[in-house]
Amino acid sequence: MSEQTHEHGHGHVVPYGKYVFIWLALIAFTGITVTAAGIGLGNWTIVLALAIASAKSWFVLNYFMHLRYEDAVFKTFIAVAFITFAIFITFTFWDYSFTR
Amino acid sequence: MSSSAHTAVHHVHRDDYGSRMGMWLFLFTELILFGGLFIVYAVYRFVHQQEFHLAAQELNTVVGLLNTVILLTSSMTAAMAVTAIQKGNVRFAKGLLWVTVLFAGAFMLNKYFEWSAKIHHGIYPGSPDLLAKPEGEILYFGLYYVMTGLHALHVIIGVVFFLFILRQIGQGKVTPTSYVRLENSALYWHLVDLIWIFLFPLFYLIH
Repeated sequence: MSEQTHEHGHGHVVPYGKYVFIWLALIAFTGITVTAAGIGLGNWTIVLALAIASAKSWFVLNYFMHLRYEDAVFKTFIAVAFITFAIFITFTFWDYSFTR
Repeated sequence: MSSSAHTAVHHVHRDDYGSRMGMWLFLFTELILFGGLFIVYAVYRFVHQQEFHLAAQELNTVVGLLNTVILLTSSMTAAMAVTAIQKGNVRFAKGLLWVTVLFAGAFMLNKYFEWSAKIHHGIYPGSPDLLAKPEGEILYFGLYYVMTGLHALHVIIGVVFFLFILRQIGQGKVTPTSYVRLENSALYWHLVDLIWIFLFPLFYLIH
């Protein structure tokens, strides 16, 4: 009986300790966001909040979601998705600023 | 001839790589779903800056922070469950999945108390108290209910996925050599975490 399984690009085991480290980083970033919002940096609050949220996303995508261990195809997908979203935002605000 | 037919019968058709790719493609449709709502939020906040600031004072930052920590931790336990099953530690994987489900329950409980308090204070879509407020505040709370509500729905779906996986582990359908369904459920859960990472500062931390 021969059994063939297709295990293409599979089986990267991330150690538990690495996840704990990423979790600590995510908690630290959360602390920074909350503290920064409390200080009251005016218009910079939203900029900083989005920058920190993006940094947290980067950790979640790369480590929790294993993106860094996946093929280039997956990374291309996500680039296309983000560029599409960026185009939506840009055009919405562009359109909005001219039709107001 | 007969031996090749014999081999063909036992050929296992399984493509974990393709499964994960399919899951990622699905997650991008989710990104566009929430992305659309984030754009609506961005435009209305741009138009009604002062009113958004005022309305956000009504939200409890501590509850939002608590739920952030809960979700981040649950994402870690979900990721660890994948490592556990890869290492062949099925019992630990199951334990971690139950912990993840428990965290999801805690998140929903918080959400329940939070929404109840808002509704008790007369702030819910279409309520007389809310409609008496300026337009920007009505829009803020409308978006708050729709976006956190849609997110909460995803939390519930994530729990259903994990309970299904726990059942499949029990049935021997998800094993240390075949665990792509667990991986994909964890991917879904991390997306739920990702969305919250943006919802938290945008709704709770406007000062």
